[in-house]
This record gives sequence, C-alpha cells and structure tokens, in this order.
Amino acid sequence: MPTRTPIEVSIAISKAVQQADVDVIAAYPITPQTHIVEHLSELVADGELQAAFINVESEHSALSAVIGAAAAGASTFTASCSQGLALMHEILFIAASLRLPIVMVVTTRALSGPISIWNDHSDIMAERDIGWLQVFCETGQEAYDAVLQAFRIVRDPKVQLPMMVNVDGFNLTHVIEPVYLFEQEEIRDYLPEHRQLLRLDIDHPLTMGPVGVPEVYTEAKKQVDAALVGAKPVVLAAWQEFAERYGRFYQPVETYQVEGAEIILLTMGVISRTAMSAVDRLRATGKPVGLVRLRLWRPFPLEELRNCVRHAKIIAVIDRHLSLGAHGGPVCLEVRAALYDLPERLRIFGFVLGLGGRDVTVADFLEIVDRAEHYAAAGQPEEYSLIGLREV
Amino acid sequence: MIEIRFHGRGGQGAVTSCEILSMAIIEEGRFAQGFASFGPERRGAPVLAFVRAGQEALKLREQVYNPDYVVVLDPTLLRIVDVTSGLKEGGWLILNTKKSIEDTRPKLRADLKLALVDATGISRRVLNAPIVSVSILGALIRATGIVDLKSLEKPVLRRFGTLLARRNTEALMETYWQTIMG
Amino acid sequence: MVEKVEKRAIVGWRNLALGCAILEAGSSTQLLTGTWRLQHPVIDQQLCNRCGLCYIYCPDMAIIKTPAGAYEHDLNYCKGCGICAEECPKKAITMVEEEE
Repeated sequence: MPTRTPIEVSIAISKAVQQADVDVIAAYPITPQTHIVEHLSELVADGELQAAFINVESEHSALSAVIGAAAAGASTFTASCSQGLALMHEILFIAASLRLPIVMVVTTRALSGPISIWNDHSDIMAERDIGWLQVFCETGQEAYDAVLQAFRIVRDPKVQLPMMVNVDGFNLTHVIEPVYLFEQEEIRDYLPEHRQLLRLDIDHPLTMGPVGVPEVYTEAKKQVDAALVGAKPVVLAAWQEFAERYGRFYQPVETYQVEGAEIILLTMGVISRTAMSAVDRLRATGKPVGLVRLRLWRPFPLEELRNCVRHAKIIAVIDRHLSLGAHGGPVCLEVRAALYDLPERLRIFGFVLGLGGRDVTVADFLEIVDRAEHYAAAGQPEEYSLIGLREV
Repeated sequence: MIEIRFHGRGGQGAVTSCEILSMAIIEEGRFAQGFASFGPERRGAPVLAFVRAGQEALKLREQVYNPDYVVVLDPTLLRIVDVTSGLKEGGWLILNTKKSIEDTRPKLRADLKLALVDATGISRRVLNAPIVSVSILGALIRATGIVDLKSLEKPVLRRFGTLLARRNTEALMETYWQTIMG
Repeated sequence: MVEKVEKRAIVGWRNLALGCAILEAGSSTQLLTGTWRLQHPVIDQQLCNRCGLCYIYCPDMAIIKTPAGAYEHDLNYCKGCGICAEECPKKAITMVEEEE
C-alpha cells in the first residue's frame, strides 16, 4: 500500500528518482533545485541509492556528464533551473538529438535580470524547441508521479528521448504536503528496466554525434520531431496504466468545470490550483467559467486542447513569462495558433502574471475573467496585458 | 479551512514550526500545506511562514493573507512588523513573550484573542538553546486545538532524532501548560 | 567506392539511424581520401634511414611500416599534405604533382 506521507515536495521528487533506480546523477546546485539534489547526494552517500553522484563545476558540465553516462547506457537524472538551465541550453539539444533517455526536473524560476531566485516560467519557456518531452505539475503528488512516469516513458524503445518534469520552484518544490509514496515493490512492475537501443560499447563500436552535413541535417531534425510527436501515445499509455494500477488519472490537457463554460482560463503549473478556487467562486455566482490546464507541453497536445475549448467563446491564456518584443506570451501565442483553424472563432486574450515570484492570487484570476469579458464586449484587439503592473 | 501565519527571524525556526505543524496535521489524515515566504536565508531578518489546513484536498496555493491565527516567535518583531495585518476578526494571536496579558493587550486590536507564553525561557532551560520552533506550538495548540499534541511526535522525531526530539517534546509540554490566554 | 559511402549516408529520415549515429566502426576507411590529393609523396628508400618520423607525423595514418621495416605511403588515404616531406630529416621524401 502506498503510504500517505507528509513530505516536502523536493524530497518526494528525490524519492521517485531513488525508486527509479538511476545509475548516474550529475548536478550543480542552484536555488530552488538544491533540496532535490542534496537529498539525492545523501541517499547515495548513505548507500541507500546505488548510483554515481558526479559533482561538477557547472550546469553545462552536469548535463554533459549525464549525456556521457546515458550514452554509455546508464539511467540518468539531473535537475536545474533558471541561469543553470540557460547554461545547459546548447547541451539540451544534443541530449535530444542523440536520442538519450535522460530524466530532468526543472524547478522553474525566473531568469536574470534583474536577478531573481523566485518562481515563474521564463527559464523553461526559453527551452521550448529543444526536443525533450515536457510536463508541468500542479501538486507534490503530481511531481512525484510525473518523475516515476518520466522514467518509464523515456525507457520505451519507441521514445528514446529525454524528458523534463517542470515543477514550480519554491511555490511547489518547497511546500510540505501529503504525498502517497509507493513501496518499491509496488512500482517495480510499472517501471521497466533501463534500456537503450544504442549505446557506447567497446564490443560493438559505433559513432554518436557525427557531423550533420546539409544533406543529412534536415532528416536528423525530422527524426527527432517525429519521435517527439510520436511519443504521445506512449505517454498516454503510461498514464493509462498508472491510472489502472494506482487510481490516479492524468491527461495531456486537464479540465475543470468546462461543461457549459463560455469563458475559459488556461493555465500551467501550480497556479492552476488557485485558478480552480477562482473558478469555484465565479461558478457560485453563476458565471459560466471553466479552467483548462496544459499538463503535456511537449509534444503539444493540439487535438486535446481543441476538443476542450471548442464550445467556449472567450479564452484567457495565462503566461508566466513575458516574451519581450512579441505580441503575447509564448503559451498564448501557441494556443492562439492551435485554435486558429477551429470553425468557430474564439476570442483569445493573453495575460501575463506571477513574474519573478510575485504571488498569484484568486483575486488575480477574478480580474482576468473580468477583463477578458470586458475586452471581448468592447471588441478590443487581442493583445496581452500584465496583471498587477504598477504604472507609476 | 484554517490559515496560520508565523512570524520569526531567520534562523529562529519559523519554517521548522510550519514544517512540523503541517506534518502533524497530515499525520491526522487531514490536508495541509506548510510553506515559507521564500527568499534568501538571512539570519535575524524577519521571515514569514504559513500553514494552511483543511478537511479536504486544498486547492488554494496563494500566500496566506487573512490568517485565522498568527504565531509570533520573537516579541521584538512587534516593533518592526505589523504582525496582526489581515488577521481575521476575533482571531488568535500567539505570542512568545515574558509579558502578561495586561501588558500586551493595550497595544493590540481589541477583537483579538491572545495566547502568551515565555517559550524562549522554557527552551533555554530545557533545550539549552533559545530555539522555539517546537515549543511555541504548545501555545498554539493549547489555544486553538489545531492538532492533537500526540500528532507532533512523528514529525518531531523525524526532524530532530531521538535525543533532541525528547527535549523538544518536554519543552512543548511545558509551554502547553504554561500558556496564558485572554 | 566514394560515391557508395556518401549515398549510403544520405537517406530519408525514416531510414536514418537512431540519433544520426554511425552504426559500424571504422567506416571512415571506406572514404578514399586519396582522391582529394593534388600531389603525392615519393620516398627514396636509399636515403631513408627508417627513423619513422613520417609515420608519426602523418595526420591521416597513411604511412605503412612494412614487415621489413621500410615505410611506404598508402595512397588510398594520403591527401598529399606534404608534412612527411617537410619533417623528413634526410630529405628522402619528395612531393610530386599528381598530374605528372
């Protein structure tokens, strides 16, 4: 039986990594990822996790070391965020293009500058095109489950790609809450043995990462894109089996009170829970408001999203990143593009909030719904607006 | 849903208080979130930490703005922080202080209920250290019954190990019985 | 043979090896880089003192040591860079234009 445990979410995440029986962890500490990797290093030092913990001099090296270990066939894990994730940037693409089944937790945090150690999605939104699977989590239970599921998904021969589990820094990682933790035997059958189709092996030498001449590069990119898009059925199957075994259901796009909703809020990550409270409050006053949350971010769940929102009139897309110089936040732009072909045109407004750790409240969502309605009624152009911005 | 705000100074144990309390609530089968107002750790600087508790799974993830109870781990904070800000009408203010109700009451909102205890003195004597992270909970529990004293056992043991857990529990029992309310 | 190797690498994305890997070791030997050459080395075996410096310096490992201890060029892979001729202390290697 899984044990209902009061636990800090970071520690629950390390527990999942331990239960996935990784071989190699390489990480460089950065707030608010530290509790995860510190705990893992303790587990390794105490002999409770038979793995190599490689201390490295930077995040660039952390991911490089993980790639080397993964190329040799090891089950690997790393975690980072913000400047650390940015320093990994060029290596992130290589992990995907080499088709290495790495699992990484990103404790999402703002990017400098100005320096901020607090939560938003600006770090992860700069990594949309890297070829990794990506999911967002709303609770500690989801984060724990998602890490276990990620190890299963990347180990599937049809996937063979790295996967990121995005967990809001501080606002989720540092919260103590109840999490059902599995006994090792309970999860054993769900998690396949680590295996990798191609790996460095002196008995069967091969070359990884040769130059991609112009005649090959396009095909190499298409291969990764096809694998990423093609990973969705594997993700769905992994979630389906998880639900059958353990009774917790996950979907690429989650909905809350969308039945009959004319206005839909669209969120990602931990603020989705606060948005639910706002929806409850608005529904109690009779307002037809619903909530759609993107859990699977890469591959983008196009069909699922279209199906969830097609009966609404107004969508308020919440971004936790300001795409400087663009005409909206990245999530809003992608959602708008995804819904462009629907026969009934929706009014889609973008709202940016919760930057650099500013608290996201129920009141913010009430304001967003109010503003979106007002904009739609006034026939206002579909631009983005910042919530809680001081003008003077 | 009950919301609690803890005021402390960096290094004093407000975050540990929240950790232990939220864990104890979860041990009782209820739901809780324990979290801090996150920031760089700065010893001595005023810090905030929060506990949110409920019978059902908690959706709300915003900070606590209108607490039912406020716990102050250091009496000197009253001079520099408005600790009763947003505290609900008739809410509990739990203070670590040597002072009496009569001395404390005039400086505070009249509607508030007070629970006072010299947690520092007790911790100094029992733990040999002025760390009140556990002992202050005695006053909170005495005043509000937020959790059963016994439910703290596991979290305190996990956090401190056998020896320190025993001493902390001793201090906790003492603050519990010495708390004065009014 | 050169054409064959390149043709094999340039395939549709469905047939590309996982992660664009090269699945066989030593595949570079199939690429006869000797065809890139504009001049080739000629060793005067009378002058050669068999010191082996050319063997060490050759960046393409295109110099072969014979069982008898002599050094010869493998013209399948020699790109004609002339480093061996430059380094030879006995001036025993001469670069000759390919056309001649």
